Amino acid sequence: MSESKSAGVLSLLKREVILAGLRKGEREDGRSLTEYREIEVKTGYVGKAEGSALVSLGDTKVIAGVKVDVGTPFPDTPNMGVQIVNAEFIPVASPVFEPGPPGEDAIELARVIDRGLRSAEAVDLESLVLVPGSKVWTIFVDIYPLDHYGNLIDASGLAAMSALLDTKLPVATVEEGEVRVSEEKKPLPIKTRVVYVTIAKIEDFLVVDPTFEEELAADARITYAVNEDLNICGIQKGGSGAFRVKELLDARDIALEVAPKLFEKLPGKPGA
Amino acid sequence: MKNSNIQLIDESGKRVDGRYPNEMRRLRIEAGVLKNADGSAYIELGNNKIIVAVYGPHESTPKYLAEPDRAVIRCRYSMAPFSVSDRKSPSPSRREVELSMVIRQALEPAVFLNEYPRTMIDVFIEVLEADGGTRTASITAAAVALADAGIAMRDLVSAIAIGKVGGRLVVDLNGLEDQYGEGDMPIAMMPQLNYVTLFQADGVFTPQEIEDAFRMVADPIKKIYREQKRALKKKYVDVVREVEKSE
Repeated sequence: MSESKSAGVLSLLKREVILAGLRKGEREDGRSLTEYREIEVKTGYVGKAEGSALVSLGDTKVIAGVKVDVGTPFPDTPNMGVQIVNAEFIPVASPVFEPGPPGEDAIELARVIDRGLRSAEAVDLESLVLVPGSKVWTIFVDIYPLDHYGNLIDASGLAAMSALLDTKLPVATVEEGEVRVSEEKKPLPIKTRVVYVTIAKIEDFLVVDPTFEEELAADARITYAVNEDLNICGIQKGGSGAFRVKELLDARDIALEVAPKLFEKLPGKPGA
Repeated sequence: MKNSNIQLIDESGKRVDGRYPNEMRRLRIEAGVLKNADGSAYIELGNNKIIVAVYGPHESTPKYLAEPDRAVIRCRYSMAPFSVSDRKSPSPSRREVELSMVIRQALEPAVFLNEYPRTMIDVFIEVLEADGGTRTASITAAAVALADAGIAMRDLVSAIAIGKVGGRLVVDLNGLEDQYGEGDMPIAMMPQLNYVTLFQADGVFTPQEIEDAFRMVADPIKKIYREQKRALKKKYVDVVREVEKSE
């Protein structure tokens, strides 16, 4: 069940201040409308994880960890490994997050990240088969926002992608159907990298990488997932407002323009 | 998703069910199909069968959800266990949780929420049989059910998916095309105001294909809108006919 609700309260006055700035082409933190906040990516943050990354996007902080396990493939894809993306909006990160199982916002975020990675075939799932039809690697990507100052999707995308690029997979051998996992590790095969660009619509303005307050002021948001060929590998409109077609196409152009800057912040592909 | 062994478009440009790329499946909508609900609609799009009930505006339950300046829409998209090949557990999946939310957000822009402060409007969607495109068909039917409930609306919401099969853009993916095709891009629009209220995609699309998809979707959206209006009018034509008969 999904109920209309706002993720917080923004005073009408504050909204007016944000809008007054946008009309002059200014944002409160001095950025242009198509500019990201400062991005920092730290990989290998958690020693126990096979791959991990701590990403800060301005004041927004997200950590992603990758764990791997030998599991069974889905019946309809016997020759592919399994990729599972999960997000937990832990109450540490924001007063608007409640403890408990993932709500619709956390589920949406995890599914948007998952679809982008899956559509682009970022992780080479076909290389993760140990015994076709019965034993494959399962790659768990767990996303934990630590401090929510807006635009969790893009920050989570950077964290998930960086953690995957940081992942070392144990070398496994199969003898008579038995899987032996050795101490030796090699990088997880990655075919392409993916970034996510989210643009908020505040009245007639399109604003890249919205802060938490800009998100509250926004009518709706649009996220484009972009692969290294600069094709679109995922789209998600969010929020209770509506877009004109032209706005969605303008947002697409903005996403393609800023995506290369995000790729620069990501670690390189293994072997590249 | 991907499987190159299955040919989804043949040499003559026809799809697995004989349709052309820009052809929708057969669409039928009926308004006012449930007695208990304040508004309701039934939709068949190809093999999809979906029923939608709207209750409200009513007092907010639970009370803490009430908003002082507007109505709260509560939306539930649910698939019956027998609606798909392998039985689906009746408990809500992550997919259903996400779809309940995006469907709600696709409908909200069309409703004059501020007309009904402190109230709640329930939109309950049950997919009885699924064959690709249930989220868009659900939105189309839910908009009719909301109108049937007499709720003030800016516009209807009409929805359909553009997909990519065999490297081509096509309208209205069926289940097979959805499973084995290269991409799915559901779109919902307010057809008179020309606003997009739902826009999602998975699969890989070139930047140009996004533009082409919007061009391609315009005609089917018009067709769906016509059918929605026909369904809403028909209910009252039937009432008038009954009254005339009894006189």
